[in-house]
Amino acid sequence: MIEFVHVFKRYPGEYDALKDISFTLERGEMAFVTGHSGAGKTTLLKLISLIERPTRGKALVNGKNLNKLGLRRVSYFRRDLGIVFQNYKLLFDRTVYDNVALPLVVAGLDRREIGKRVRAALDKVGLLKKERVNPVVLSGGEQQRVGIARAIVNRPALLLADEPTGNLDIVLSEEILDLFLDFNHHGVTVLIATHDQRLIQRAGKRMLVLKHGEIVHDSAARADVR
Amino acid sequence: MIRFLRTYARRHTYVLAATLAQLVRAPLASAMTVAVIGITLALPTGLYLLIDNLARMSAGWDAGGQISLFLKRDTADAAAERLVQRVQRVPGVARVDYISRQQALAEFKRLSGFGEALDLLDRNPLPAVLIVHPSAATAPDAARALLAQLSALEAVESAQLDLEWVQRLHALLAIAERAVWVLGGLLGLAVLLTVGNTIRLAVLNRRDEIEVMKLMGGTNAFIRRPFLYAGVIQGLLGAATTWLILALALLLLEEPIAQLAALYGSDLRIEGLSPRASAALLGLGALLGLVGSRIAVSRHLHTIEPT
Repeated sequence: MIEFVHVFKRYPGEYDALKDISFTLERGEMAFVTGHSGAGKTTLLKLISLIERPTRGKALVNGKNLNKLGLRRVSYFRRDLGIVFQNYKLLFDRTVYDNVALPLVVAGLDRREIGKRVRAALDKVGLLKKERVNPVVLSGGEQQRVGIARAIVNRPALLLADEPTGNLDIVLSEEILDLFLDFNHHGVTVLIATHDQRLIQRAGKRMLVLKHGEIVHDSAARADVR
Repeated sequence: MIRFLRTYARRHTYVLAATLAQLVRAPLASAMTVAVIGITLALPTGLYLLIDNLARMSAGWDAGGQISLFLKRDTADAAAERLVQRVQRVPGVARVDYISRQQALAEFKRLSGFGEALDLLDRNPLPAVLIVHPSAATAPDAARALLAQLSALEAVESAQLDLEWVQRLHALLAIAERAVWVLGGLLGLAVLLTVGNTIRLAVLNRRDEIEVMKLMGGTNAFIRRPFLYAGVIQGLLGAATTWLILALALLLLEEPIAQLAALYGSDLRIEGLSPRASAALLGLGALLGLVGSRIAVSRHLHTIEPT
């Protein structure tokens, strides 16, 4: 699903945000990216979601070469991704339903199909009863669950999450993690950037550790060596 | 293909609904933009209407002017009458009016105010005149040729073509028409900028939404669409406002114009915009809205990328 070979990312500010990143994430796999702030977690996710482009190296995501994908194809590429944000990025000028429906509206599905899928997604995150409210009245945990419903409503092959529990307490964080584990159980490839070690240990999945833009530890690689 | 078209139609319906909702949600800002467009377009359109009406009125006047033939003083009335018959048969002549020396004197007395003084003269100093009206389709050049032909007649002392004031009027109208185009062009540009600015603010106001849409896989075309719709709708409503402004202005002017026309013994009426001109006005408004919003959106959409 994701294949990075000697990928570098340098920002105009003259430092390498990512240095010589090589790793592979198989279809259906789940992994965490961790490290201190500034280690490059967010940059890595930005490369995968094509918010940024690699400076050097080969990066394949969902069979697409990120260096060669034309500007016009970026939108269509992103429709196969589900992205969850630390600050949720919900729109407060519309209902929960309309927020979750957005990726489907953008993709041009018909109203009935949108209704079915949105309700299925909201049901999955346990917010079916809140579809008519404005997300601004929801708690942080509920808002993040709306964000997750929106990320999975288009049935993406790959689910990315950048600090999805960064603003949540322990109990809520574990609820969110359980959702991700469940999606992965149903075959979705999941990559989560987090500095929450407890979460990673509880999940018991693969972990990539970034430090100053380099992968200094890959639990899967170590397992291979062993 | 059918599926593609259905998707396409569905998206446009969605966008139209969303755009209308957006305009209704900010009624004051939308109304102000529409009003500015309406007033801006009213100026050139009103001028166009004025010139159109002037041109229509003057079209009824003799384009070829009229030719005055002053007869030699010793021409007898009978001979003059025969001349009238002859001139009437000349091709290109529509009508001939004969003013005898007595009539000329009487008219001069009445109009000049020298009535008493003229009585002192022992004989009538005025010549008899034939007023020749060329037929309506006569071009100025043909009228001049006619003048040469008529002035060669034996009894004619001198001939004069009163063409210049008509030509001057037409020249003035041509200038005014050109001025309307220049003014219209400038004010059209003003409409573009007005719509562009409104749409620019709308784009910046919805920065978050645009960013999220881009992250969800919204193409630029999809994101651009509601803004283009908003531009077209505002342009269309602006043009409709222009139409209303002009209709109101004409309503106010109708009575004084009728009075003026009555003073001149005519039934002249100012005509409003024809259905075709109205359609053109609305189409122009929509087009200006589309172009203005297109420019603004293209300029600003690229600056909003997810970070």
